[in-house]
Amino acid sequence: MAFFSYLVNGLGLGSVYAIIALGYTMVYGIAKMLNFAHGDIIMIGAYVSYFLLSYFHLPLAVSVLGAVACCTVLGVTIERLAYKPLRQASSLSVLITAIGVSYFLQNGAQLLWSSSTKVFPSVISNGALKLGGVSVSYLTLITILTCILVMTCLTLFINKTKTGKAMRACSEDKGAAALMGINVNHIISITFAIGSGLAAIAAVLLCATYPSVYPTLGSMPGIKAFTAAVFGGIGSIPGAFLGGLVLGIIEVLAKAYISTQLSDAIVFAVLIIVLLIKPTGLLGHKISEKV
Amino acid sequence: MKKNANVFSKLFDEKHRGRTVSFLIVICVYVLIELLQAAGSLSSLFKSLLVPACCYIVAALGLNMNVGISGELNLGQAGFMSVGAFTGICVSGLLAETIPNTVIRLIIAIIAGAIIAAVMGWLIGVPVLKLQGDYLAIVTLAFGQIIKSLITNLYFGFDENGLHMSFVNNNVKLAPGGKMLINGPIGATGTPRIATFTIGVCLVLASLVIIYNLIYSKSGRAIMSCRDNRIAAESIGIKVADIKMLAFIVSASLAGAAGALYGMNYSTLAANKFDFNTSILILVYVVLGGLGNMTGTIISTAVLLVLPEMLRGLQDYRMLIYAMVLIVIMLVSNNEALKTRFGKLTEGFRKKKGAQ
Amino acid sequence: MNYRRLLKGGLAAVTALAMAACSSGSPSGSSDSSSASGSSDAAAAAFKLGASGPTTGGAAVYGNAVKNAAEIAVEEINAKGGIQFELNFQDDAHDPEKADTAYGVLKDWGMQVSMLTVTSAPGQAVAPRYDEDNILAVTPSGSSLAVIYADTTNMTGAYGNVFQMCFTDPNQGTASADYLAAHKDLGDKIGILYKNDDNYSTGIYEKFVEEAAVKGLDIVYEGSFTSDSETDFTVQLSQAQEAGVNLLFLPIYYDPASLILTQANSMDYAPTFFGCDGMDGILSLEGFNAELAEGLYMLTPFSADATDEKTVNFVKKYQDKTGETPNQFAADAYDVVYALAQALEEAGATPDMSASDICDLLVPVFTSMTFDGITGEGMTWAETGEVSKSPTAVIIENGVYVGVE
Repeated sequence: MAFFSYLVNGLGLGSVYAIIALGYTMVYGIAKMLNFAHGDIIMIGAYVSYFLLSYFHLPLAVSVLGAVACCTVLGVTIERLAYKPLRQASSLSVLITAIGVSYFLQNGAQLLWSSSTKVFPSVISNGALKLGGVSVSYLTLITILTCILVMTCLTLFINKTKTGKAMRACSEDKGAAALMGINVNHIISITFAIGSGLAAIAAVLLCATYPSVYPTLGSMPGIKAFTAAVFGGIGSIPGAFLGGLVLGIIEVLAKAYISTQLSDAIVFAVLIIVLLIKPTGLLGHKISEKV
Repeated sequence: MKKNANVFSKLFDEKHRGRTVSFLIVICVYVLIELLQAAGSLSSLFKSLLVPACCYIVAALGLNMNVGISGELNLGQAGFMSVGAFTGICVSGLLAETIPNTVIRLIIAIIAGAIIAAVMGWLIGVPVLKLQGDYLAIVTLAFGQIIKSLITNLYFGFDENGLHMSFVNNNVKLAPGGKMLINGPIGATGTPRIATFTIGVCLVLASLVIIYNLIYSKSGRAIMSCRDNRIAAESIGIKVADIKMLAFIVSASLAGAAGALYGMNYSTLAANKFDFNTSILILVYVVLGGLGNMTGTIISTAVLLVLPEMLRGLQDYRMLIYAMVLIVIMLVSNNEALKTRFGKLTEGFRKKKGAQ
Repeated sequence: MNYRRLLKGGLAAVTALAMAACSSGSPSGSSDSSSASGSSDAAAAAFKLGASGPTTGGAAVYGNAVKNAAEIAVEEINAKGGIQFELNFQDDAHDPEKADTAYGVLKDWGMQVSMLTVTSAPGQAVAPRYDEDNILAVTPSGSSLAVIYADTTNMTGAYGNVFQMCFTDPNQGTASADYLAAHKDLGDKIGILYKNDDNYSTGIYEKFVEEAAVKGLDIVYEGSFTSDSETDFTVQLSQAQEAGVNLLFLPIYYDPASLILTQANSMDYAPTFFGCDGMDGILSLEGFNAELAEGLYMLTPFSADATDEKTVNFVKKYQDKTGETPNQFAADAYDVVYALAQALEEAGATPDMSASDICDLLVPVFTSMTFDGITGEGMTWAETGEVSKSPTAVIIENGVYVGVE
């Protein structure tokens, strides 16, 4: 029985990773950049929803929408100011810029809202669903469901809409996509908007489960979600989902059955092994090179 | 006379200019700083930056070998530094009585750090270098995290009965007079600070010699050909995995040497110093200095290390300004319009000079 | 072209470095001090008090607490006349390397007495420097033994000029074990959850386990977490619950502790929680549901709810200044400045003396004087630098601290 409750905990943790990883993987798939500032957009989302909930006492739905709106605007602004001028530059230059943005957001948040931890209000009831001896808290349930919902919407959007088609085209070959009349810059902006919006949703789920809000909140989930995205095959949306879940489960099980001290080492060791067996991640596609 | 002129022209010909300039800069800066120190006009702050600057320069030079010359993104350079640092601390601690001369002990510690880091690099490189691009990057990131986690749980000490080691739980019970070299999360404490600026500069020069000799060799050309076009390189019979391994090991061992020097410069060192952020920091030095440009790496490391200290006057705003400086440098250095304008300016200047 | 650019870059760097080397040697560095002294003539006759701590990065909350509290204390002391201080607080981002450069900055500024560092790891790095240069340092919250001893394996080679205002980590471990041995009714099956990569937490943990074995305490569960995994504690809590733990010892700081309390609550797991001085501050977390901390025990030398005049005055000023309730870091810092003022007064030191002379004067005073502060009455210091004060146990009842036996 204990095993199942660990499994459920792992699913809950994994869903949060998954939803962050979705943002990472989308941006990577289309803009081909590692957006290290993604974790800090989550942090901003967490602060915005915290203030909306605690200071303005807005209902949860409104707060989430507010956070999503803020993060979307922030994401697009960052893209315009910091990443767009670097479209032609090497991917490493963009990486360093992303790191600069990440430092900027962290330190900005610290100056604006002080470094003290703020406790996120409990927004989802504390109860639990009993399923034959295993209790699943509503929070975990909602997190997992939200994650599935987001992934489904995203997959439909990418596969069924015209913008989605354009996104896929951009991710395969930007040059050819531009020749087909797709506004590549526009598509990249949309990607950032969606990725940042997802970051806000992830922020609310993250903080509802782990109710601490502080300026460096986003960095560790950011790194783990990045790992999850690679785990599942970076650029692949179902891959990010699967990678997040697997990562969460491994982390919890490693803690439960091997060692609480070494759980991080184990997670990363499993990652290395998986990549050695399947070098493009769980669901990644191998793109054959042409001479 | 003619021979001399030949040597001179060889030093400054198209191919070797970069090398000569970087050696000259390092030596000039060293002489300048030694002079200032002798004159007593060097501030304490600046003195405390000298050795870490050397460490970061060496680690960044190593990373540039990996990222710039070999073209593989490595996000775990701090992990290799960590291996080197703790190896160096242990070696130096164990040899403290046998070799009282600190300079010799430091050199042995640095070499030991470099060797163990190189072995680590090889162990990781064998499976990992089959991966490409960002997958390789993530594995190096994972490696850095694993190393941090393992050393945090390592307990290592010695007394008259020999070495004692334990993992995860501290079972090391030392006889009186023993010394704990690595004490789990607390790390190494009470390390004698034997690193000196002179040794640091020697290490920088040694790294430059190694790197430039490698770049100008046949293997160096092979490494760059793999970076520029893997398939073409394979087709002319270059063993891509082997040749990338060479670059990876050189990079790791330089980081190890840098780490050992770093470890000897502080009386305390914990494994969580060498985390992801430190890896990123070194990567920033490399990218800002220019990929494959060793002189650039040296300059950018020195400037970026001094910059936050110069910004202390801004108090709480300093890291914010630092972040903005990073972004602005990246934007400006990649701005086509500015680049062409700068190019025209220098061209105009050249023409004028030519006309005179 | 390439060569020209290289040369230019090189020249620029050389000039920049040379400028940096010289300019920081001049006293211009002092303009950035967070000076709390009023007029310039007061500053001329003021002792230069240096301090470093994290005001950026993940540990910024502790550094800022110390900085604010020290500024309040300096303002108060300066307003009284008599001993005057000029405070210069430098950021070290909780990194030994940065602490070392911060020490350089302070030394260039002409620091005469120091508050060392806020956190332990940087303190361990700079303590030998203070020893070499013979500058007196009193750390408010660097509680590791390595801050005061050069050789921590054998507890020898105390620096002698580095003092602590807080308990050492092992002392807290011993005190906690003593308290639990004397109050077995709190819980007979003890679990420990500590932060594996933090030396405050492991320092207490190791000593506690050692003492518990001596005193016959029954430890049935030991779990840990690291700074990379300090969000999800459900596994550790369910393991503790399974092991039948009815008293969970938390030698950690209050921010992860708040998460542990929340998660235990959502699992319907309610053992007695027991913390050390790092737990103080949990009630002042913005937005924290105080009901969760109901019945939480902690050993702490300071509580912001105390009603004595000194504490009330300090808490009020701190709240006016920052809008937050001071924690134990702030209280220790406030005491450090007052202790330094008292020692300087007793020793008859004057601001025109060199740092080394002041240190030689102050060390005997510090080891012989008795100090009453807000973190304890009748504190004394051993020659090793350790403070002796008694931690008091408090329990949180109806959202306030209540002293218990």
